[in-house]
Amino acid sequence: MNRRQSLKAIGLSTVSAGVLLEACKTGNDKAVAAVPSKEEYGDADLTGLEDFEKERLKELHKRPSFFNDHERQTLIVLGDLIIPKDDVSGSASDAKVIDFIDFIVKDIPDHQVPLRGGLKWLDLQCLNRYGHSFVGSNENQQLEILEEIAYPAKVKPEMQQGAVFFDRLRNLVATGFYTSQIGIKDLGYVGNVPGKWDGVPADVLAQYNLSPVSYGV
Amino acid sequence: MGDFQIKKSAEKYDVIIVGSGAGGGMAGYVLANAGVKVLMLEAGPFFDPAKDSKQLLWPWQSPRRGASTTRAFGDFDAAYGGWQIDGEPYTLKDDTEFTWFRAHMLGGRTNHWGRISLRMGPHDFKGKSFDGATDDWPITYDEVKPYYDKVDRLIGVYGTAEGLENDPDGIFLPPPKPRLNEMFIMEGAKKAGVKVIPGRGSVLTKPLPGNTNRGSCFFCGQCGRSCKAYADFSSSSCLVIPAMKTGNLKVIPNAMVREVVVGKDGLAKGVSYVNKEDLMEYQVEGGIVILAASACGSARILLNSKSPTHPNGLANSSGIVGKYLHDSTGGGMSGFLPQLMDRKRYNEDGVGSAQILAPWVLDNRKLDFPRGYHIEFGGGMRMPSYGFGGGVPRINGMVPGRDGKMKDGGGFGKSLKDDYRRFYGANVGMAGRGMAIARETNYCEIDPKVVDKYGIPVLRFNYKWTDAEIKQAKHMQETFESIMHAMGAIVTSRAKGKEDNYGLHTPGDIIHEVGTARMGDDPKTSALNKWCQAHDCKNLFVTDGAPFVQQGDKNPTWTILALSMRTAEYILDQKQKKNI
Repeated sequence: MNRRQSLKAIGLSTVSAGVLLEACKTGNDKAVAAVPSKEEYGDADLTGLEDFEKERLKELHKRPSFFNDHERQTLIVLGDLIIPKDDVSGSASDAKVIDFIDFIVKDIPDHQVPLRGGLKWLDLQCLNRYGHSFVGSNENQQLEILEEIAYPAKVKPEMQQGAVFFDRLRNLVATGFYTSQIGIKDLGYVGNVPGKWDGVPADVLAQYNLSPVSYGV
Repeated sequence: MGDFQIKKSAEKYDVIIVGSGAGGGMAGYVLANAGVKVLMLEAGPFFDPAKDSKQLLWPWQSPRRGASTTRAFGDFDAAYGGWQIDGEPYTLKDDTEFTWFRAHMLGGRTNHWGRISLRMGPHDFKGKSFDGATDDWPITYDEVKPYYDKVDRLIGVYGTAEGLENDPDGIFLPPPKPRLNEMFIMEGAKKAGVKVIPGRGSVLTKPLPGNTNRGSCFFCGQCGRSCKAYADFSSSSCLVIPAMKTGNLKVIPNAMVREVVVGKDGLAKGVSYVNKEDLMEYQVEGGIVILAASACGSARILLNSKSPTHPNGLANSSGIVGKYLHDSTGGGMSGFLPQLMDRKRYNEDGVGSAQILAPWVLDNRKLDFPRGYHIEFGGGMRMPSYGFGGGVPRINGMVPGRDGKMKDGGGFGKSLKDDYRRFYGANVGMAGRGMAIARETNYCEIDPKVVDKYGIPVLRFNYKWTDAEIKQAKHMQETFESIMHAMGAIVTSRAKGKEDNYGLHTPGDIIHEVGTARMGDDPKTSALNKWCQAHDCKNLFVTDGAPFVQQGDKNPTWTILALSMRTAEYILDQKQKKNI
């Protein structure tokens, strides 16, 4: 089945398919003229970007990482504790969440101080308790300290700063993971393709004891 | 310093249109198709959804994963501009809170809008006679109806005939079927006594009869990115680009209009603008000038167009320009449906406009505020983007885990990872959009002290909500809660109370601002006549949201389109009669 046939098979009109194919082929003229290098723009798709947006992307990609090696290493370890590999999918590091965090702290500088400070807070806690930094502590120790900052409702007052840091990091790790190919596959999101929407599938209606609606395309 | 000069174009156009959104696009389309030579000035770059849309891209194709750093509604959204634009400030008077969203691009805000396409009803046009709460338009629904019909046929809108008194039916394409969460909402709303109907949106769920330039919807749910197949309404794809193909309409992009140039006879002669690329000053001449730069953008141009014959600004002998500014009220609530946890996966992207809608049908005699609001609904298995999953650690302590036991909210590791899966697609959201009363005391004006980077004096906003809007917002929250409760949802958004006006959004937030050059029969209390023609200057028209006397609880785009088409036909008629 060629592409046109496959579009037809899912019920697209010839006009839709034609326009869509044309649109896919054309792409962004400027972007086509000067093929963006991965080095300059990473994985960014430049379609429809304003000049200032492209400049900004280029500039951010060029800029060295905000984090030093130790901070990066700590973020990777924390990322995999937040989202580890399991039966369904890989871990945060498999999805290269660190690269996303690296970029987003340059893009949204408001993340910088809370993350750097939070990492330092965590290291100091571990140093006082276990005599090592967070990454230098053993896994039981790492888990022990996360237990104290990962459940907002039962965090002790003296651990609140750690909990606020962890909440921010947890959200960034979740974004980085679930917006990656691995994460989207894990969730089972199967949209973002041309198709036909014909309402809730019959087996799902039956599961919830719902009757199909009488109207629709 | 080099020479400072204004470049004057030798060519004189029949009509100059400022702005390319719904109002400018429709006027340009009608006039160009009738053989009129039109020049359209747009403050932003050219934009063609077929080439420039970010439709069908994946989140990882944005290094910020769709975050809103450079675009207010996220990296994939089709709006250039936003709430704040570098070098183009606006100011607020006293303790006013007002936000002004501008999209500088061909098609303006219609590239990313929600496509919810509602007609205003008979009572919305005649509020004074209905309940006395608002002023009357000089026109009735019946006078506008033929234009709504023509807009429906020209552009396409889905919906169902419901026969409601103040939500008139249109000429509809079939609506999309509801998603699973929307079916639960329909059931819950029924139990709660809230009427819910299929949505009404300008998306081609079927090919548009007689139109071979536009494709039909392929159900990606991404209308906000603008559509490469032209299957939804954007002024760029459906009006301006087709109008250019007639050979009668020329677009100059990146042209920031400074003022309307007026002759000694007091008539509009053309406009002056700054070209944003070369920063040079230009002046173009036209027989007729149509402003469609957005309600506030057009008011700004009028107020800045001072001349010996129009010392108070153009079309402003009444002093009314800028006044009666009003945006829809807005409120919201979010939650999740425990029965949708661990739901089966399938593609439910659907259309990117409202698939269901709760129209306002209540009797105000039993309520403590005038008129009301409609409700839009959200939720489901959407494509993840920046911020995804942020809610899960806050709600996973609200329901039992897989083992049937309650646990502490938050967490990490395999258990949290499982929760991200369990809660995916179980969320549900509601947003009320209601009528705010147009008041003389809510207005924009020229800030006497501030200019933008082009030297153009900027707008200063004055806006206060009153009891009418606040009580409506309270009622919204009660209605949302009753639907949530009836369908067994758990509310996750913060409870709203008196201290925060029951969640009433800041004016401007809903991006339905209109009313700044209202129409009327009396030149002392209105800027425009019922044809959107300036009382003070017969070859000047305004066809965006500015002519609105009073909006209903209806998103304004469909009315802007109908009125703009009506004005364009009036211009053709008046040109033929040699009146202008």
